[in-house]
Amino acid sequence: MRAVRIVGAVGIGRATMISLTLQRSVDTVPLEAESICPDVIAGLDNNAVRALPVYLGKRQCRLDDFFAVDGENSDEIELRGDLRKVRWIGRGMSRGRISIDGNAGMHLGAYMKGGTIEVSGAASDWVGAEMSGGVIRVAGNAGGQIGAAYRGSPRGMTDGTIVIGGSAGLEVGMRMKRGLIIIGGPVRDFAGLEMKGGTIVLRSGAELRTGAWMQRGTIISLRPIPLLPSFLYSSSYVPTFMGVLARHLASLQISLPVDQQVGVYQRFLGDTSVVGKGEILVWGAHTGA
Amino acid sequence: MAVTITGGRVYDPANGVDGVVKDISIGDDGRVTADANGGASRTIDATGMLVFPGGVDVHTHVAGGALNFARGLVPENQRVARKFVHTPELRAGIGGLTPTTFATGYLYAGMGWTTVNEAAVPILSAKHTHEEMHDIPIVDKSTLLLMANNELMLDLLEVGEFERAKSLVAWLLCASKTFGIKAVNPGGVAAWKWGKNANQLHQPIEGYSKVTAAQIVMDLARIVDELGLPHPMHLHQNNLGVPGNVSSTIETMNMLQGRRAHLAHLQFHAYGGQDWSTMRSGAKEVADAFMKHKNLTCDVGAILFGDAVTITADGPWQHFLHELTGRKWGNLDVENETGCGIVPYVYSDHKLVNAIQWAVGLELLLLIDDPWRVYLTTDHPNGGGFWRYPEIMRLLMDVEFRRSEVKKLPPEALNRISLPELDREYSITEMVIVTSAGPARALGLKQKGHLGAGADGDVTIYSAKPDADGVMFTHPRYVLKGGKVVVEEGEIRALTEGRVFLVHPEYDPAIEDFLRPTFQKLYTLSFENYPTEMTRLKHPETVPCAPSGSSAPSASAEPR
Repeated sequence: MRAVRIVGAVGIGRATMISLTLQRSVDTVPLEAESICPDVIAGLDNNAVRALPVYLGKRQCRLDDFFAVDGENSDEIELRGDLRKVRWIGRGMSRGRISIDGNAGMHLGAYMKGGTIEVSGAASDWVGAEMSGGVIRVAGNAGGQIGAAYRGSPRGMTDGTIVIGGSAGLEVGMRMKRGLIIIGGPVRDFAGLEMKGGTIVLRSGAELRTGAWMQRGTIISLRPIPLLPSFLYSSSYVPTFMGVLARHLASLQISLPVDQQVGVYQRFLGDTSVVGKGEILVWGAHTGA
Repeated sequence: MAVTITGGRVYDPANGVDGVVKDISIGDDGRVTADANGGASRTIDATGMLVFPGGVDVHTHVAGGALNFARGLVPENQRVARKFVHTPELRAGIGGLTPTTFATGYLYAGMGWTTVNEAAVPILSAKHTHEEMHDIPIVDKSTLLLMANNELMLDLLEVGEFERAKSLVAWLLCASKTFGIKAVNPGGVAAWKWGKNANQLHQPIEGYSKVTAAQIVMDLARIVDELGLPHPMHLHQNNLGVPGNVSSTIETMNMLQGRRAHLAHLQFHAYGGQDWSTMRSGAKEVADAFMKHKNLTCDVGAILFGDAVTITADGPWQHFLHELTGRKWGNLDVENETGCGIVPYVYSDHKLVNAIQWAVGLELLLLIDDPWRVYLTTDHPNGGGFWRYPEIMRLLMDVEFRRSEVKKLPPEALNRISLPELDREYSITEMVIVTSAGPARALGLKQKGHLGAGADGDVTIYSAKPDADGVMFTHPRYVLKGGKVVVEEGEIRALTEGRVFLVHPEYDPAIEDFLRPTFQKLYTLSFENYPTEMTRLKHPETVPCAPSGSSAPSASAEPR
């Protein structure tokens, strides 16, 4: 397990950031910590932040039962430690910034409306589930159901951006309606399941049944992927919008191939077992170049 | 335990008491006594407050297989539903459109309702329903048995065996420990098994050569009358929700020819026009026809804007609604008995059709001038959650508020409804009639819906002033159930266990000889395991029947 770094007193004079350092390992029963959210914390003094409720399973505890709390009156929150069992960080946040030096638990940034979350390590399932705005960046791997709809809900994320540097699990972007998901590493089955709109970029491809039941929306894969028989080949080209998307991704330090001299995207239309107005674009470099 | 309520303005329309300041005493047996006996262990000072008999919901869906199926289908509603946190007295639960069992009791009692009628029970689901009702605290419960698509009965009607069909119905009521008969889309659910519906009242049902929807309606109404059940046939008519269904609704009323019937959620059966684009309110025509038929009662099944979950045995309609909305859909087939469909739905005040539906429910309540025959329901959770009844009460009692709400409707709705012209306001007495006294009378529960001597000590005491948000009747000051104070200052203070009402009509015992082999051939469980045992019911109370007409030899033995 990652060693807990001890931070000194923050800055000089007024704190510009609230720093939460995990003091006690959370490795069996998860800690439900939706109070770690700029909207909740921003107006609170140090004592009030310390007293915020968190739940270890069904037991209500105080935030400072688990975290050393530095700073006050800020909508920037810095978290340190292995938070892989700390759930709901940044739930419903609409502003500010959360940066996590370590791993994050399930439901990171779920229902998020705005602001930024950055994770230096890995995240778990349901990152940005049903989010409607803001940016989540995870440097490491993530779990399944990224930007997805919770069980039963008609739609997943409706706007915002999720960038996962590493791999991701099942049902990435399930029922997403708008927004952008970029996954650096390989993705497991059912990426874009029942997708209704938005864009998923799979930089290292995906396993089975990508785009199953997708109604609309765009899935871009930079590696060849197995396709369902209900996707129909339509053409090979570099779509005009790809240049716009590439420029946007460049602002996130992500590159996207758009040079027709190097290769083209094969466009597949589907999923024709439902509405069938979605598309999967698979990059292929010209051979013999 | 005796309680005396002093100084309140008592509204007891069944006994002609209209806002008179008087004391109400409840004896140790939990019933209202004729005189204040002075020995009350508790006196509630209700000075300046309104004293009502506890509310009675004549048509709701709160327990059983269909509701549980809906609970499973809508986790997204449950995530945003009101939470009931576990306390030393109360169990944990969630509210919302498909509340958990304990929460159902807390919500009804917390609103001042003390009796509820679960309006759709298949025999095969009766055990489940009774198990759930076992865990719905405080309120008294009754249940209605789904019969209008029961293939055993349809087979008998097909060959003209009316007397045997009557015995079958009586036997099934006894076996399922239910209280009355419900008919849902007569013949339509049986036809749905062939992928069809029963839109025409006089055409044979798919799979049969003679039986029609009309015959099912008339024969069931006759059976209910001849068995002398306390509650008339409870009818969800054919063509629910279809524009232009006014004609079949009025035809059904005429067809009943003076027989008793309760028309469920009439709002869904009062649409004019030919299709969705020409749909308009048919409330005027339906109300006019309804008022001529003194043999009928109805509940409105009003809709409120917002989330709903449609739950009905009307399988073909639900499939249609799913196709119409693109929302998820669940369908159940209950062997030879009935079906069930679930579709979550949102009523939007921007949508023309929903705006008309909203108006029709209120129009029926305002146009039908006899409050003793029209009752307030939302067909919970089909038109909205039952805990929103106070919103409808405000719309009925405050014409200015109603006008301001009508202004929010899409302009094109206004010339398709008559609500803007109606200026009737409900009096407090009329409100008590449509929420308590009337439905209690329709259910045939003589000890409910009034505060005369011998009535159950079910009393709801409201503040005479509206809440800060202008709504009255949302948070009773006190609710008494059987003389026990269960709600005080907006909190559940004590839990009681409600009773379950059932009937035990007489039948020809030879019906079992007919049923056993038929059953063993057609059903997936054995005949012996079919009936619900009496031991499953908590506090059962059998309500007597008053049979009339020719009666077959009666059975004395109680079915298992």
